[in-house]
Amino acid sequence: MLQRALIETLTMVGASTVIAAAAGLPLGLILACTAPGHILEQRLINRILGAIINVGRSIPFIILMVAVIPFTRFVVGTSIGTTAAIVPLSIAATPFVARLVESAVFEIDKGVIEAAQSMGSSPWQIIWKVLIPEALPTLVLGLTITTVNLIGYSAMAGAIGGGGLGDLAIRYGYQRFRADVMIQTVVVLVILVQALQMLGDWASRKLSKR
Amino acid sequence: MIQLEGISKTYSGEKAVHALTDVNLHIPAGKIFGIIGPSGAGKSTLLRCINLLEKPDAGAVWVDGVRLDTLGPKELRQARQKMGMVFQHFNLLSSRTVAENVAFPLEVAKVSSQRRKQIVADLLQLVGLEDKANAYPAQLSGGQKQRVGIARALANEPRVLLCDEATSALDPETTKSVLQLLKSINQQLNLTIVVVTHEMSVIQEICDLVAVLDEGTVQECGPVVDVFTRPQAEATKRMLRGTFAANIPPELLSRTPNGHAPRRLLKLSFVGDKAHQPIISHMVQNCQVDANILFGRIDQMKDLPFGMLVLELVGEEERLTAAVGFLRSQQVELEVLA
Repeated sequence: MLQRALIETLTMVGASTVIAAAAGLPLGLILACTAPGHILEQRLINRILGAIINVGRSIPFIILMVAVIPFTRFVVGTSIGTTAAIVPLSIAATPFVARLVESAVFEIDKGVIEAAQSMGSSPWQIIWKVLIPEALPTLVLGLTITTVNLIGYSAMAGAIGGGGLGDLAIRYGYQRFRADVMIQTVVVLVILVQALQMLGDWASRKLSKR
Repeated sequence: MIQLEGISKTYSGEKAVHALTDVNLHIPAGKIFGIIGPSGAGKSTLLRCINLLEKPDAGAVWVDGVRLDTLGPKELRQARQKMGMVFQHFNLLSSRTVAENVAFPLEVAKVSSQRRKQIVADLLQLVGLEDKANAYPAQLSGGQKQRVGIARALANEPRVLLCDEATSALDPETTKSVLQLLKSINQQLNLTIVVVTHEMSVIQEICDLVAVLDEGTVQECGPVVDVFTRPQAEATKRMLRGTFAANIPPELLSRTPNGHAPRRLLKLSFVGDKAHQPIISHMVQNCQVDANILFGRIDQMKDLPFGMLVLELVGEEERLTAAVGFLRSQQVELEVLA
């Protein structure tokens, strides 16, 4: 039972992290590069995108999950189950990742970008050769935070039959007064989060040459 | 090589700042050109106008016969590849090794990886960092980082090197070695170098020509020796105070030795060969006056020796006149103080 729940959690969190990273990275880059004073300044696009992302971040996850059911059904063909839970999880994490990417890019010394411009780099070259590699250690840390957050969110996925550790804890541990199940799932969750954080810290340190 | 015509730049904001007002400059090829001024004078803005990192509100920027300020983005990027820039804070990519940093502009210019390797190796040798090729910037000292910055700026064989306070973050010893490097690059590669600085010593050590900038306008411009020995503008004099100006104690100027014997107080400046000749001794012998040295110093300006002397001459009136005449005939810069 515990093993199955763990696999469900890993599936949901893993898949939605990958999807959110893939969607959030370009969004965050657009957000950062179109900001006033940046390489592709576009105030209007920046404001609109910023507003959309803020809306996405302000909707409580449990409501979002229900609200996107039609979309989920359209994408994966069903609105219940582990696979179906990946859709709202990804949608919830994407704006979060976008903001993390934006702040990681803002952290890069303006002088380095200016140096690249002085050498005649195109905006595209600056994004690929300067912004992404320079922000990478920070991005890895941000992605770790995202993954840990998603583990928390995935507990709520039980509401649409997503399963997973959080769901197990609620249904068996809490509703059926099975203290042993409750303790076991919590221990597994703690170990999972610890391991992820350590992995993230290690990878970020490895990548950082500062 | 570089021609700036009527450059103006204003930063709008709550209070508009006129960073540059109608700046005209001609920077000849193969020279080291210094731009000096107090902080906030607009030096860096002016330098940035040359490669259009800063777009002037008015005026024209010509580099190597091409007008840059009217170019499209793509042409401008191509033109920038032929201009190197060195920064005060180095601005190296922390995620790249020394060799990869130097290779960056070559990647931008789409040079083949084989040629990149060769060029990078040559440049690291030029700046004396062959053994640091695989180190990351964080592992280098300030001076070494700036050498990487210089190597990177030279990668695409630029015609022009722009240095923005390149030595201001370095200690005096390192500053000297970086300046020597710039000087030798100028000679070896016949590169035009523009140096922005607030340090007189930088101008003195490597520059051929200097422009003094204050409050967004060029106050004075010419060969370093001329500007430093015969400053005209108030801004220049202010800067020279304490360095090349003779700080003569006022008591010396006002005292009257030997009762009321006629005397003259003279300030002499010698440049180049004249600094080596025994002019004073000739004057004393020829004109029979007494000479009393109140102040003196000898400096080096790039490769020119430059001396200054404050003399008190005592003697009969006509002999004093003759002595002053003699000195004038020796073509030394002469100023009668009292």
